[in-house]
Amino acid sequence: MAGKEYRTITDVKGPLVFLNKTEPVAFGEIVELRLNDGSMKNGQVLDTSDDLVVVQVFEGTAGVDRTTGVKFLGDVFKLPVSKDLIGRILDGAGRPRDGGPEIIAEGKADIIGAAINPYARQSPHDFIQTGISAIDCCTTLVRGQKLPIFSASGLPHNDIALQIARQAKLTASDEEFIVVFCAMGITAEEYNFFRSDLERTGALENAVLFVNLADDPAVERLITPRLALTAAEYLAFEQDYHVLVIYTDVTNYCDALRQIGAAREEVPGRRGYPGYMYTDLAMLYERAGLVKGKKGSITQFPILTMPGDDITHPIPDLSGYITEGQIVISRELHGSGIYPPINVLPSLSRLMGGTIGEETTREDHKSVSDQMYAAYAQGRELRGLVAIVGEDALNERDKQLLAFSGLFEDKFLRQGRYEDRSIDETLDLCWELMSTIETKYLVRLDQQWIDKYHPDNKE
Amino acid sequence: MSKNGQIYRISGPVVTAIGLDAKMYDVVRVGDEGLMGEVIELHGEKAVIQVYEDTSGVRPGEPVTNTGQTLSVQLGPGLLTQIYDGIQRPLPILLEKMGTFITRGVDADGLDQEKKWTFEATAKKGDKVEGGQVIGTVQETETIVHKIMIPPNMNGTIKSIKGGDYTVSETVCVLDDGTEIAMMQRWPVRAPRPYKQKYAPDTPLVTGMRILDFLFPLAKGGAAGIPGPFGSGKTVTQQSLAKYSDAQIVVYIGCGERGNEMTEVLDEFPELIDPNTGKPLMNRTVMIANTSNMPVAAREASVYTGITIAEYFRDMGYDVALMADSTSRWAEAMREISSRLEEMPGEEGYPAYLSSRLAEFYERAGRVETLEGEDGSVTVIGAVSPPGGDISEPVSQGTLRIVKVFWGLDAPLARQRHFPAINWLNSYSLYPQSLDQWFKDNIASDFPEIRTEISGLLQIEAELQEIVQLVGSDALPVDQQLTLEVARMIREYFLQQNAFHDVDCFTGVEQQYLMAKAILTFQSEAKSAIEAGGMLEDVVNVPARSNLMRARFEDNYLNRIEGLVAEMTKEIAAAAEEN
Ligand SMILES: Nc1ncnc2c1ncn2[C@@H]1O[C@H](COP(=O)(O)OP(=O)(O)OP(=O)(O)O)[C@@H](O)[C@H]1O
Ligand SMILES: [Mg+2]
Repeated sequence: MAGKEYRTITDVKGPLVFLNKTEPVAFGEIVELRLNDGSMKNGQVLDTSDDLVVVQVFEGTAGVDRTTGVKFLGDVFKLPVSKDLIGRILDGAGRPRDGGPEIIAEGKADIIGAAINPYARQSPHDFIQTGISAIDCCTTLVRGQKLPIFSASGLPHNDIALQIARQAKLTASDEEFIVVFCAMGITAEEYNFFRSDLERTGALENAVLFVNLADDPAVERLITPRLALTAAEYLAFEQDYHVLVIYTDVTNYCDALRQIGAAREEVPGRRGYPGYMYTDLAMLYERAGLVKGKKGSITQFPILTMPGDDITHPIPDLSGYITEGQIVISRELHGSGIYPPINVLPSLSRLMGGTIGEETTREDHKSVSDQMYAAYAQGRELRGLVAIVGEDALNERDKQLLAFSGLFEDKFLRQGRYEDRSIDETLDLCWELMSTIETKYLVRLDQQWIDKYHPDNKE
Repeated sequence: MSKNGQIYRISGPVVTAIGLDAKMYDVVRVGDEGLMGEVIELHGEKAVIQVYEDTSGVRPGEPVTNTGQTLSVQLGPGLLTQIYDGIQRPLPILLEKMGTFITRGVDADGLDQEKKWTFEATAKKGDKVEGGQVIGTVQETETIVHKIMIPPNMNGTIKSIKGGDYTVSETVCVLDDGTEIAMMQRWPVRAPRPYKQKYAPDTPLVTGMRILDFLFPLAKGGAAGIPGPFGSGKTVTQQSLAKYSDAQIVVYIGCGERGNEMTEVLDEFPELIDPNTGKPLMNRTVMIANTSNMPVAAREASVYTGITIAEYFRDMGYDVALMADSTSRWAEAMREISSRLEEMPGEEGYPAYLSSRLAEFYERAGRVETLEGEDGSVTVIGAVSPPGGDISEPVSQGTLRIVKVFWGLDAPLARQRHFPAINWLNSYSLYPQSLDQWFKDNIASDFPEIRTEISGLLQIEAELQEIVQLVGSDALPVDQQLTLEVARMIREYFLQQNAFHDVDCFTGVEQQYLMAKAILTFQSEAKSAIEAGGMLEDVVNVPARSNLMRARFEDNYLNRIEGLVAEMTKEIAAAAEEN
């Protein structure tokens, strides 16, 4: 049946093509469209019946008419996988974009990706040192975690992602990460920024890039991350690599999803996004983790920009409901010239509690991070009060906390783009800053750690 | 029309078949791979089917076969300690048959069909038996005796019955009409299991979480909703309840949530000791895991699979607690299927029957007289995940209309790392009236009054805080400053509770009561000390008070409280005298 070309298009609407009088076509089947000018487009079956087939066209339907030829390729979308993927740059549909040869497949993997059996999973608990103090101390990244960056337009999330890609290491072993980078609708400039950085540091040789840019077809974005994650799964679970998947920008992905929903005249959910967006996103985010009996792992670092800086917008909201925490970038901190402008207060790493401690980071880590967090939160809150009643109205404790919140941002958060702090350096820095507050106010610190690590007691 | 039809249309998880002779809710096999599905709508000669497995690659024209059965679960020994997907396929078996990833077209029995269990007959030849009656027992796990019951809607006189080692499908008992009874029975998940009558709940489900038991208690047989934005503590709370509540059986449903969270339960529960029996928690637990990326139709079914298993153990006379994390994902599964059916959408795209489905589900909770005349209960605790944390949405509202307990988690508290982040100002329980007798009889006669005092102080604090926001706390009169200090003690010492701390994670109700009393003692002693001329600053900062507070993280606190309170009282009095 594959091979027969139909010219039975009845309707074209947005990215969708409707046709009838076909032989039985499979749900999810890959489709090739041949336009009158000889150019080709690709698509996928979204709905199929004896009478009507609906095809979503990745490159958009510009130029498609009733005489366009439609060919069903007899199979669902698959990615040719092999170790040769490493070091390659592919486009948003998985074709070479670097001028290199086609990938010689060792196998072909369905890109939808089946769910990992929860019983097959292994709990993640290995510390990844990013060298960024705010993350390592307050929202610790764990191997196998899905930890997104919640950012917004104009903020340096890309720098942070790249810094992590450069610096991420397991302190427990010297195993290296393979980076799978997936661009969804970002600008050419942003892409070049990523690419040249990876190139310059030599990381590109150990990376796979899937690239769909802003001027590439929007609908194609729906498959780009699936290709990237399929490659990641292959490298992690068949080839034993530790894979770090960075994908950006999830917001563009969701907008493509909304576009398809609208074209299908589906009942829209909040802000016009489809009701199944949670499930759809989960089918990306859940493709992270460790499984029993396999050496490799997938750690996900998705980036999304919050429309209108609104964390309750459906995209960050649904993401937060699926991922294992979030790192929130703050416009306010960025405005005051702090890099990386991570607001630790709404940030969270859910896997941190089960990971940090004597064996992985340091015995005082939990105590320190609780105290840093609490003192900063209180200091920040006092800023509001000071604006009304003036600093003189504060008692001694509050004055110290207020001053600490400034130091926290200036010395702890702020660091260079190439500054790679070890976890020991980070925690020592915490002690140094906390020592500006009298010990009696540091109620979250265990006495034994004060005795051991407080600068007054050292040496 | 026949038992076999063919596929006409495929749209995601919804498949339409023609030529199929089917009734509503019949289970069918779809396509060449025999994917499992359920008939959910009939239109002329078309049957609409929701499919529990991924449908990519399936084509129109492929066969559809009706099994003639409705979606049902296998009930019998072997349920406990098991982890299932939404349609009761054991995940360990799927792992064996499919490998790491859940592929499709694989069938698996809910109960192990080979394993032999030792059946001890408790009924004998000649006994007249009815549906629900216990005819024998099996020691299923170290702590749980599984009672073998005559299936509901069946009765007769026992012709033969014999103890011994049997598989779940072997006949253990024959009735005089020839009916053979095995240990395993089946029950359609969408139909509640019968009971004689419902009783009003009168016993609390003791959870060991101070804010819950003390301020917002849940009754055994009651229903509670826990709404909260992401990261506010729904899962941690549900897991705490699964670990420490004094239910005899726990059914934990991970409905459309994270894979790793189920793994965590699987790792932890076999190690954790049930404070009520001293044996591993796993012994009393059944798990259902249909994670967010597993097929949505099976997610829709998971909640029914879970509650049917819960009712089955209730029918043995057990107190069962069921946690569903999260009911919003279940509702979303309904919405997704409904929109594929092109049904007329209700609010926010949810089907118009959303609220009645929610009500039907929570109605399956309850304390009942079982068919055998025993007392059994199912307590349901449903997490709700409102978009943006705003509970004005349909799932939260539909839930709140039915449940009598509302534990509202809130983002600001979670952000302050005040855990459990349950907002004490807007949470409620409608059970205190029916439970107070229990608290009076079992804990202390003034229990209700102490509770009222504590919650009253929290209310006053909220009002005072509004003033403090404007003028700072130093501007308040001393007695109000003291009230703030007392309220802070309630929050930090009593309400905050670390679910991950070995000792703090569970507090018995008696200790809760003593801790609350200790706070009120502090209040009254400090008040007299200040009236006697003591400085607020000195009075509230006596070291014995922080000792009292800190010691709650240490073992044997229950027996030490009294001494620590006496110490505090002494120091406060001394602080007043210094002036
Ligand atoms: N009682 C508690 N004690 C200590 N920490 C807690 C407690 N409750 C919640 N937390 C902290 O909050 C984090 C988030 O909690 P949890 O995973 O239960 O949120 P959730 O409401 O289920 O979120 P989601 O809707 O995204 O699943 C936990 O990882 C833990 O760090
Ligand atoms: Mg949760």
